Amino acid sequence: MKQYRSHILVCAGTGCQSQEGHEIIEELKKQIEKANFHNEIQVVKTGCFGFCEKGPIIKILPENVFYIEVKPSDAKEIVEEHIIKGRRVQRLLYEEPNIHERLEQQKDMPFYKKQVRIALRNCGLIDPENIKEYIAEDGYMALGKVLTEMSQEEVIQLVRDSELRGRGGGGFSTGFKWELTYRNKDDQKYIVCNADEGDPGAFMDRSILEGDPHSVLEAMAIGAYAIGANKGFVYIRAEYPLAIQRLKIAMEQAKEYGFLGRNIFGTNFHFDVEIKYGAGAFVCGEETALINSMEGGRGEPNAKPPFPAESGFWNKPTCVNNVETYANIPPIILKGPKWFKQIGSEKSKGTKVFALAGKVNNVGLIEVPMGITLREVIFDIGGGIRNGRKFKAVQTGGPSGGCLTEALLDNPIDYENLTRIGSMMGSGGMIVMDEDDCMVNIAKFYLEFTEEESCGKCTPCRIGNKRLHEILIKITEGKGTKQDLEDLKKLGEMIKISSLCGLGQSSPNPVLSTLKYFYDEYLQHVENKHCPSGVCAALKKHEIVEENCVGCTLCARVCPVDCISGKVKEVHNIDQERCINCGACKEACKFNAIAN
Amino acid sequence: MSTVKSLEELKKIREASLKQMNIRKVDEDNKIKLLVGMATCGIAAGARETYNEILDTINEENLENVYVVQVGCMGYCYEEPIVQVNVPGKEPILYGNVDIKKGREIIEKHIKKGELLQDSIISKSFHKL
Repeated sequence: MKQYRSHILVCAGTGCQSQEGHEIIEELKKQIEKANFHNEIQVVKTGCFGFCEKGPIIKILPENVFYIEVKPSDAKEIVEEHIIKGRRVQRLLYEEPNIHERLEQQKDMPFYKKQVRIALRNCGLIDPENIKEYIAEDGYMALGKVLTEMSQEEVIQLVRDSELRGRGGGGFSTGFKWELTYRNKDDQKYIVCNADEGDPGAFMDRSILEGDPHSVLEAMAIGAYAIGANKGFVYIRAEYPLAIQRLKIAMEQAKEYGFLGRNIFGTNFHFDVEIKYGAGAFVCGEETALINSMEGGRGEPNAKPPFPAESGFWNKPTCVNNVETYANIPPIILKGPKWFKQIGSEKSKGTKVFALAGKVNNVGLIEVPMGITLREVIFDIGGGIRNGRKFKAVQTGGPSGGCLTEALLDNPIDYENLTRIGSMMGSGGMIVMDEDDCMVNIAKFYLEFTEEESCGKCTPCRIGNKRLHEILIKITEGKGTKQDLEDLKKLGEMIKISSLCGLGQSSPNPVLSTLKYFYDEYLQHVENKHCPSGVCAALKKHEIVEENCVGCTLCARVCPVDCISGKVKEVHNIDQERCINCGACKEACKFNAIAN
Repeated sequence: MSTVKSLEELKKIREASLKQMNIRKVDEDNKIKLLVGMATCGIAAGARETYNEILDTINEENLENVYVVQVGCMGYCYEEPIVQVNVPGKEPILYGNVDIKKGREIIEKHIKKGELLQDSIISKSFHKL
């Protein structure tokens, strides 16, 4: 086989592809062909590198040079300079904002320094559409080992020993879940992959399926063997077309190689996987709702027990695990539970993938060891707050998580700790807010989301969340009272304890945590009718700053409701009764004489 | 293709695919690094042929602890093509006039046996900045 002397890895995750990632690949190939280097240089499309902030990203090996924000038009220069002449294209290297230095290598970048990659081990390294590259990275070795050398009990014990916990948010022991399903004897059992990633802004499951689909298939086969199932389903939202496409390709290749199908590895174990599409409802991430949706019913949860391990898909024992959980399985089998347990904290072992978003410099997908502090994630990996603004809060766990303050940043990230301080691990969304964000408005935003996503089956969630949302609207419109703050707290706590599923049990978290940590801000809205961050439009008040006003009359001329009066060269005045706070005057003023 | 029926069969596929992937596993601290000068003068003097020859030799010999990178002008234009050998923990060694034959020799002697090609050395103490 002809050996290529250099590989150009191009990110082909959804993020980078949407920025002409595909065109970059085509253009690179064209330029390489033109320079007659196509027998020496290979262009490979890979999964997500995680550094989405600076995408599209390409990496050239073996030099290990990392180029950011690459455009198709840069391909010519990359080929002429880097490939032909061995010179770096300086302008495409990453410039570290804090030390103002251009860094060539991924390993020198602060964004990558503190990361430990297990679930994302192959993302950005292999071509997800080429099973051979997965096999080269020990792919399907774990499945082979399990099928030919281990009993079902031994597999379950190994996963239990690793103390791996569900990465979808619940944090339930994966090995124990397998054991429960294994113990329920039945002629038919099912294993399900939950790829219904519903948290706004979270995209770790999508990235794993796009960048390393075989690892999920392999782990599902391992799980199926352990619990005694021969049929698996991937429940994925239809709005992830690229992930679905890659998964389909992977399934075909796995069938061709005999990793799916009958008599896998020459044993009498048979296993097949089918894809089930979800319509994108948040509640379908809950396993019983997911199963209902898979059966063609409404995506509504059931009361537990019975747990799916006893009675799941078509009332058969069913094991549902999340994508990221599965991605951890093959390395655990191959390297052993001891290796896995040395990473992480006391009760939370291994790593967790987070989708870092919001007002941080380095937005992207990161995988960190459990026990790392929030501060390290936000300031070291995330590179601190954008535009030099001040940190205000971080929200973990998606729409059901809580907002945490500066004082809590030195807390280590693990399941117990995050719950203790009023938030949760969730599926791994992490949204950073700065001083320009209004916490009441943030809580309102999340409640709007949960109100819409509530399936409506149980009363506390259906009506309770609606009322919470209404009270929050009232407060942001300046009509709130102190009694409303009391009601928010009481109602929120009531919803938490009385809702049927995880959605309602956690949906008041954004309200309760902001009430706890940002009570003053709520008070300002209620008592002074003032929004300190200037976000809530109804509480905005446009006023003339007298010392700056020169009386140019411009504001009066742009005002759509003619509520500004004043003579030429005299200080103007805004009639608050009639002002609609549209902000046109502030935009027009050249003398910074209008405040809001 | 026929399906994989045993762990041994899988290992065989893995070995075959691994060669292609080795290039992506760069661990600079532990591997021997060969640098080939590929500026205009180097290319004109045949550095690309040298480069490919070295790479082919490494693959034929299945050497996993060596990797080759191309670099810009090293300054010794009169001695092109230039190849620098960085063995971890040792002084870098710079060879001049490395044609295809000599490229192969570097792998055979220097890399595999640790014998320096005394006649071709330009400098033994080419310090990295």
